[in-house]
Amino acid sequence: MSLVIDGRVGRGAFERPASFEVSNGEVLGLVGRNGAGKSTILHTIAGLLPMRVGSLSLDDTTWDASNIFVRTEDRRCAVLFQDLRLFPTMTVHDNVAFAARAGGVGRNEVDDRVRDVLSRVGADGLADRRPATLSGGESQRVAIARALVTSPDVLLLDEPFAAVDADSRGPLRETLAGLLAGFDGCTVLVSHDHADIETLARRTVDLG
Amino acid sequence: MTRIRPRSLALGLPAVVGLAFVAVPLAAMLVRVPWSSAVDIVGSHTVRTALWLSLQTSVPAALVSTILGVPLAWWLAHASGIRARIVRVVCIAPMVMPPVVGGIALLSAFGRNGVVGQWLWDWWGVTIPFTRMAVVMAQVFVAMPFLVLTAESAFRQDGAALEEAARTMGAGPVRVFFRVALPAVLPAVLAGTLLAWARAIGEFGASITFAGSFPGRTQTLPMAVYELLSIDHRQSMVVALLLVLVSFLVLGLMRERWLFGGTR
Repeated sequence: MSLVIDGRVGRGAFERPASFEVSNGEVLGLVGRNGAGKSTILHTIAGLLPMRVGSLSLDDTTWDASNIFVRTEDRRCAVLFQDLRLFPTMTVHDNVAFAARAGGVGRNEVDDRVRDVLSRVGADGLADRRPATLSGGESQRVAIARALVTSPDVLLLDEPFAAVDADSRGPLRETLAGLLAGFDGCTVLVSHDHADIETLARRTVDLG
Repeated sequence: MTRIRPRSLALGLPAVVGLAFVAVPLAAMLVRVPWSSAVDIVGSHTVRTALWLSLQTSVPAALVSTILGVPLAWWLAHASGIRARIVRVVCIAPMVMPPVVGGIALLSAFGRNGVVGQWLWDWWGVTIPFTRMAVVMAQVFVAMPFLVLTAESAFRQDGAALEEAARTMGAGPVRVFFRVALPAVLPAVLAGTLLAWARAIGEFGASITFAGSFPGRTQTLPMAVYELLSIDHRQSMVVALLLVLVSFLVLGLMRERWLFGGTR
């Protein structure tokens, strides 16, 4: 399996070239200055922005090209957003269960999947809590669990530890590295933090 | 925590005059209301009937505004370009339009000879103007924009990012709307419903044009205030105070959002 993007993303003054390939099991790190288009590329891959020119495809399936556009909800492409975006009105369990149900996990299987993924990210005891009551690190773990619960084809990590203070990053980074080692989808990582790129990415693309 | 506030006569004076301009008339009402007979007046047939009719029309009007306005607001929050701009202008127009013009517009559409009204009459023998239904319609016409504005900005501010997240998980529009967007904006929607209700219960111009002021049938509190003014000044004053109380009740219910500057 491989994700291929080749063309230009963004609009107007923010238009940038983007061209790379990520294979399954691989973590590609995108580095570059602020405004180099890192987040724009992730949003384009997720289908939240259309490509300007060129094409985006996963194996034989074209997601975005001049006359094709596969909607976000049909891409099986999970995103760990910089601002996490946990649903404030749902408990941790319901947040993760929502992703599982929306991703097509059968009703009977949901609870097992949620329990399993929460324990894998080290968030076992948090199931009944609301996002507002979680610490930065705890929220981060829940967001990771929510992104991974359906075993997506593509995983996009946008500044995964930006919302966490520097001291808590180490353990979280290790947790994520462990999870990525067992993940066989295509992963794209965007980070300002060199330690993130060094620990998690196998290959980097410098956007300048 | 006590903060040091800036003081300036040049700014303070107009501010005090501005406050007085609103506060003095309200206080003057309190002075002039015939308190001794206030209870009797509120209990009088005319006022009780108008109050009951006001509630019977403004509550459904606020609910209809919400049920129709929320999906409209959601659409607007996601739309862009010329189409969205036109729809937004149309939706909000009743807010800046003289209400009496709204009444004329409703008559042109739903009057017995109106664009839609003539068919209603020809096909089903239904006539809307000067009925209780007309009061509700006039209220929805003027109140819905408040709901649409409040809800649209909430969908943009509190809903959009969460909706994107939900879509990346594979959730379709219906699931996104009911499970993610609506719960996220619920406090704002409730505030909008309350605002719409306040606007509906105070509605006068559009209603009196489209529905008339028939006691027991279409005469709501504001119309009673107006009619009583020429009959019995004191009664009119008491009913007016009743409406002021309604306004303060609404502000009280919304205090966390507005008076205390909360954005929750």
